[in-house]
Amino acid sequence: MLEEFGSQLLSVVIIVCYITLAISILLLVIRAFKGPSNADRAVAIDTIGVNMMALTGLVSIQLVTDKLNDVVLLIGILLFIGTIAIAKFIEKGVIID
Amino acid sequence: MNRPNDLILRTTTQLIAFILLGFSVYLFFAGHNAPGGGFIGGLMTAAAFILMYMTYGFEKIEKILPLNFRILAVTGLLIAVLSGVGSFVFGEEFLSHSFGYFHLPILGKTELATAMIFDLGVYLVVVGITLTIILSIATDSHEDPYEDAGV
Repeated sequence: MLEEFGSQLLSVVIIVCYITLAISILLLVIRAFKGPSNADRAVAIDTIGVNMMALTGLVSIQLVTDKLNDVVLLIGILLFIGTIAIAKFIEKGVIID
Repeated sequence: MNRPNDLILRTTTQLIAFILLGFSVYLFFAGHNAPGGGFIGGLMTAAAFILMYMTYGFEKIEKILPLNFRILAVTGLLIAVLSGVGSFVFGEEFLSHSFGYFHLPILGKTELATAMIFDLGVYLVVVGITLTIILSIATDSHEDPYEDAGV
Protein backbone atom coordinates (compact mmCIF):
# COMPACT_ATOMS: atom_id res chain seq x y z
CA MET A 1 0.00 0.00 0.00
CA LEU A 2 2.65 2.50 1.09
CA GLU A 3 5.09 1.28 -1.56
CA GLU A 4 2.48 1.67 -4.27
CA PHE A 5 1.74 5.20 -3.08
CA GLY A 6 5.46 5.97 -3.10
CA SER A 7 6.03 4.85 -6.70
CA GLN A 8 2.93 6.73 -7.88
CA LEU A 9 4.11 9.86 -6.06
CA LEU A 10 7.57 9.52 -7.65
CA SER A 11 6.18 9.27 -11.17
CA VAL A 12 3.92 12.30 -10.61
CA VAL A 13 6.80 14.31 -9.13
CA ILE A 14 9.05 13.45 -12.07
CA ILE A 15 6.44 14.69 -14.55
CA VAL A 16 5.96 17.91 -12.56
CA CYS A 17 9.75 18.41 -12.56
CA TYR A 18 9.90 17.89 -16.35
CA ILE A 19 7.26 20.58 -16.85
CA THR A 20 9.04 22.98 -14.48
CA LEU A 21 12.36 22.47 -16.24
CA ALA A 22 10.70 22.98 -19.63
CA ILE A 23 9.25 26.32 -18.49
CA SER A 24 12.63 27.31 -17.06
CA ILE A 25 14.46 26.47 -20.29
CA LEU A 26 11.86 28.37 -22.33
CA LEU A 27 12.35 31.51 -20.22
CA LEU A 28 16.13 31.14 -20.51
CA VAL A 29 15.91 30.82 -24.30
CA ILE A 30 13.94 34.09 -24.37
CA ARG A 31 16.67 35.68 -22.23
CA ALA A 32 19.40 34.31 -24.52
CA PHE A 33 17.69 35.85 -27.56
CA LYS A 34 16.70 39.21 -26.08
CA GLY A 35 19.44 39.72 -23.46
CA PRO A 36 20.53 43.37 -23.59
CA SER A 37 24.23 42.53 -23.16
CA ASN A 38 26.40 39.58 -24.08
CA ALA A 39 26.99 38.74 -20.40
CA ASP A 40 23.24 38.11 -20.01
CA ARG A 41 23.35 35.70 -22.93
CA ALA A 42 26.37 33.88 -21.45
CA VAL A 43 24.61 33.41 -18.11
CA ALA A 44 21.43 32.24 -19.87
CA ILE A 45 23.28 29.63 -21.93
CA ASP A 46 25.17 28.45 -18.84
CA THR A 47 21.92 27.98 -16.94
CA ILE A 48 20.34 26.12 -19.87
CA GLY A 49 23.21 23.68 -19.51
CA VAL A 50 22.56 23.30 -15.77
CA ASN A 51 18.91 22.57 -16.57
CA MET A 52 20.10 19.96 -19.08
CA MET A 53 22.12 18.25 -16.34
CA ALA A 54 19.00 18.20 -14.13
CA LEU A 55 16.98 16.77 -17.02
CA THR A 56 19.51 13.96 -17.49
CA GLY A 57 19.36 13.19 -13.78
CA LEU A 58 15.55 13.04 -13.93
CA VAL A 59 15.67 10.67 -16.91
CA SER A 60 18.08 8.43 -15.01
CA ILE A 61 15.64 8.39 -12.04
CA GLN A 62 12.72 7.60 -14.31
CA LEU A 63 14.52 4.76 -16.11
CA VAL A 64 16.01 3.43 -12.81
CA THR A 65 19.53 3.23 -14.22
CA ASP A 66 22.96 4.48 -13.16
CA LYS A 67 24.44 4.53 -16.68
CA LEU A 68 23.58 8.20 -17.11
CA ASN A 69 25.68 9.45 -14.18
CA ASP A 70 28.73 9.77 -16.44
CA VAL A 71 26.64 11.79 -18.87
CA VAL A 72 25.76 14.30 -16.14
CA LEU A 73 29.45 14.71 -15.29
CA LEU A 74 30.34 15.04 -18.98
CA ILE A 75 27.73 17.77 -19.59
CA GLY A 76 29.04 19.61 -16.52
CA ILE A 77 32.64 19.54 -17.74
CA LEU A 78 31.81 20.64 -21.29
CA LEU A 79 29.60 23.39 -19.87
CA PHE A 80 32.45 24.61 -17.66
CA ILE A 81 34.83 24.83 -20.63
CA GLY A 82 32.18 26.54 -22.75
CA THR A 83 31.50 29.10 -20.05
CA ILE A 84 35.21 29.86 -19.71
CA ALA A 85 35.47 30.30 -23.49
CA ILE A 86 32.51 32.71 -23.61
CA ALA A 87 33.84 34.65 -20.60
CA LYS A 88 37.28 34.97 -22.18
CA PHE A 89 35.74 36.06 -25.48
CA ILE A 90 33.74 38.79 -23.75
CA GLU A 91 36.77 39.90 -21.73
CA LYS A 92 39.57 39.81 -24.32
CA GLY A 93 38.01 39.24 -27.73
CA VAL A 94 40.11 36.15 -28.48
CA ILE A 95 39.72 32.67 -27.03
CA ILE A 96 43.17 31.18 -27.65
CA ASP A 97 45.91 33.79 -27.69
CA MET B 1 43.52 47.14 -22.93
CA ASN B 2 43.97 46.45 -19.25
CA ARG B 3 45.62 43.21 -18.29
CA PRO B 4 42.98 40.73 -17.08
CA ASN B 5 43.48 39.11 -13.70
CA ASP B 6 42.97 35.38 -14.26
CA LEU B 7 44.91 33.99 -11.30
CA ILE B 8 42.02 31.76 -10.19
CA LEU B 9 41.66 30.27 -13.67
CA ARG B 10 45.42 29.65 -13.96
CA THR B 11 45.56 27.95 -10.57
CA THR B 12 42.48 25.75 -10.98
CA THR B 13 43.39 24.72 -14.52
CA GLN B 14 46.48 22.93 -13.19
CA LEU B 15 44.16 20.67 -11.17
CA ILE B 16 41.16 20.46 -13.49
CA ALA B 17 43.17 19.54 -16.59
CA PHE B 18 44.53 16.45 -14.84
CA ILE B 19 41.06 15.49 -13.59
CA LEU B 20 39.78 15.80 -17.16
CA LEU B 21 42.60 13.63 -18.51
CA GLY B 22 41.89 10.99 -15.86
CA PHE B 23 38.18 11.09 -16.65
CA SER B 24 38.95 10.68 -20.36
CA VAL B 25 41.05 7.58 -19.64
CA TYR B 26 38.18 6.21 -17.52
CA LEU B 27 35.69 6.86 -20.34
CA PHE B 28 38.03 5.23 -22.87
CA PHE B 29 38.23 2.00 -20.86
CA ALA B 30 34.55 2.06 -19.79
CA GLY B 31 33.36 1.68 -23.38
CA HIS B 32 31.97 -1.47 -24.99
CA ASN B 33 29.51 -2.32 -22.17
CA ALA B 34 28.84 1.08 -20.57
CA PRO B 35 28.67 4.69 -21.79
CA GLY B 36 32.08 5.70 -23.06
CA GLY B 37 34.49 4.53 -25.71
CA GLY B 38 37.15 5.96 -27.98
CA PHE B 39 35.13 8.81 -29.43
CA ILE B 40 33.96 10.45 -26.23
CA GLY B 41 37.28 9.71 -24.51
CA GLY B 42 39.12 11.49 -27.31
CA LEU B 43 36.70 14.39 -27.12
CA MET B 44 37.36 14.69 -23.37
CA THR B 45 41.14 14.69 -23.91
CA ALA B 46 40.71 17.38 -26.54
CA ALA B 47 38.62 19.38 -24.06
CA ALA B 48 41.42 19.16 -21.47
CA PHE B 49 44.00 20.33 -24.03
CA ILE B 50 41.74 23.18 -25.16
CA LEU B 51 41.27 24.28 -21.54
CA MET B 52 45.07 24.41 -21.21
CA TYR B 53 45.38 26.34 -24.49
CA MET B 54 42.70 28.81 -23.38
CA THR B 55 44.34 29.43 -20.02
CA TYR B 56 48.03 29.61 -20.86
CA GLY B 57 48.01 30.75 -24.48
CA PHE B 58 49.21 29.11 -27.67
CA GLU B 59 52.96 29.58 -27.42
CA LYS B 60 53.41 28.13 -23.92
CA ILE B 61 51.43 24.95 -24.56
CA GLU B 62 53.14 24.59 -27.94
CA LYS B 63 56.40 24.36 -25.96
CA ILE B 64 55.01 21.93 -23.34
CA LEU B 65 53.12 19.71 -25.81
CA PRO B 66 55.16 19.62 -29.02
CA LEU B 67 52.77 17.34 -30.92
CA ASN B 68 51.75 17.65 -34.54
CA PHE B 69 48.08 16.76 -34.22
CA ARG B 70 47.71 16.01 -37.95
CA ILE B 71 50.31 13.23 -37.65
CA LEU B 72 48.42 12.00 -34.53
CA ALA B 73 45.18 11.72 -36.52
CA VAL B 74 46.85 9.82 -39.36
CA THR B 75 48.54 7.46 -36.86
CA GLY B 76 45.16 6.71 -35.29
CA LEU B 77 43.63 5.99 -38.69
CA LEU B 78 46.53 3.64 -39.45
CA ILE B 79 46.01 1.78 -36.13
CA ALA B 80 42.28 1.42 -36.83
CA VAL B 81 42.87 0.05 -40.34
CA LEU B 82 45.60 -2.34 -39.14
CA SER B 83 43.27 -3.68 -36.42
CA GLY B 84 40.81 -4.48 -39.21
CA VAL B 85 43.44 -6.00 -41.49
CA GLY B 86 44.78 -8.07 -38.59
CA SER B 87 41.70 -10.28 -38.71
CA PHE B 88 42.90 -11.60 -42.11
CA VAL B 89 45.80 -13.32 -40.31
CA PHE B 90 43.32 -15.60 -38.52
CA GLY B 91 41.28 -16.26 -41.69
CA GLU B 92 38.34 -14.11 -40.60
CA GLU B 93 36.48 -11.33 -42.38
CA PHE B 94 37.58 -7.69 -42.34
CA LEU B 95 37.10 -5.96 -38.95
CA SER B 96 36.20 -9.19 -37.12
CA HIS B 97 36.88 -8.84 -33.42
CA SER B 98 37.41 -11.30 -30.60
CA PHE B 99 37.74 -11.24 -26.83
CA GLY B 100 39.05 -13.42 -24.04
CA TYR B 101 39.32 -13.59 -20.28
CA PHE B 102 42.77 -13.33 -18.73
CA HIS B 103 44.15 -13.32 -15.20
CA LEU B 104 46.17 -10.14 -14.72
CA PRO B 105 48.40 -9.61 -11.65
CA ILE B 106 46.54 -6.76 -9.92
CA LEU B 107 43.19 -6.53 -11.70
CA GLY B 108 42.28 -10.23 -11.39
CA LYS B 109 40.01 -11.74 -14.04
CA THR B 110 39.77 -9.20 -16.85
CA GLU B 111 38.03 -9.18 -20.19
CA LEU B 112 40.40 -8.10 -22.97
CA ALA B 113 38.87 -7.36 -26.38
CA THR B 114 40.64 -6.65 -29.66
CA ALA B 115 38.01 -3.97 -30.30
CA MET B 116 40.08 -1.90 -27.85
CA ILE B 117 42.81 -1.53 -30.50
CA PHE B 118 40.24 -0.14 -32.95
CA ASP B 119 38.98 2.15 -30.18
CA LEU B 120 42.52 3.42 -29.60
CA GLY B 121 42.67 4.38 -33.27
CA VAL B 122 39.34 6.21 -32.98
CA TYR B 123 40.65 7.98 -29.85
CA LEU B 124 43.77 9.27 -31.61
CA VAL B 125 41.80 10.34 -34.70
CA VAL B 126 39.29 12.29 -32.60
CA VAL B 127 42.00 14.05 -30.57
CA GLY B 128 43.98 14.93 -33.70
CA ILE B 129 41.06 16.15 -35.82
CA THR B 130 39.40 18.16 -33.04
CA LEU B 131 42.57 19.98 -32.03
CA THR B 132 43.59 20.56 -35.66
CA ILE B 133 40.22 22.18 -36.44
CA ILE B 134 40.09 24.33 -33.31
CA LEU B 135 43.72 25.44 -33.36
CA SER B 136 43.71 26.25 -37.07
CA ILE B 137 40.62 28.41 -36.54
CA ALA B 138 41.99 30.04 -33.38
CA THR B 139 45.52 30.79 -34.58
CA ASP B 140 44.68 32.11 -38.01
CA SER B 141 47.34 34.80 -38.03
CA HIS B 142 50.19 32.66 -36.67
CA GLU B 143 52.92 31.19 -38.80
CA ASP B 144 52.36 27.47 -39.38
CA PRO B 145 55.69 25.64 -39.06
CA TYR B 146 54.33 22.48 -40.70
CA GLU B 147 52.68 24.16 -43.65
CA ASP B 148 55.71 24.01 -45.94
CA ALA B 149 56.36 20.35 -45.15
CA GLY B 150 52.97 19.44 -46.56
CA VAL B 151 51.70 17.47 -43.57
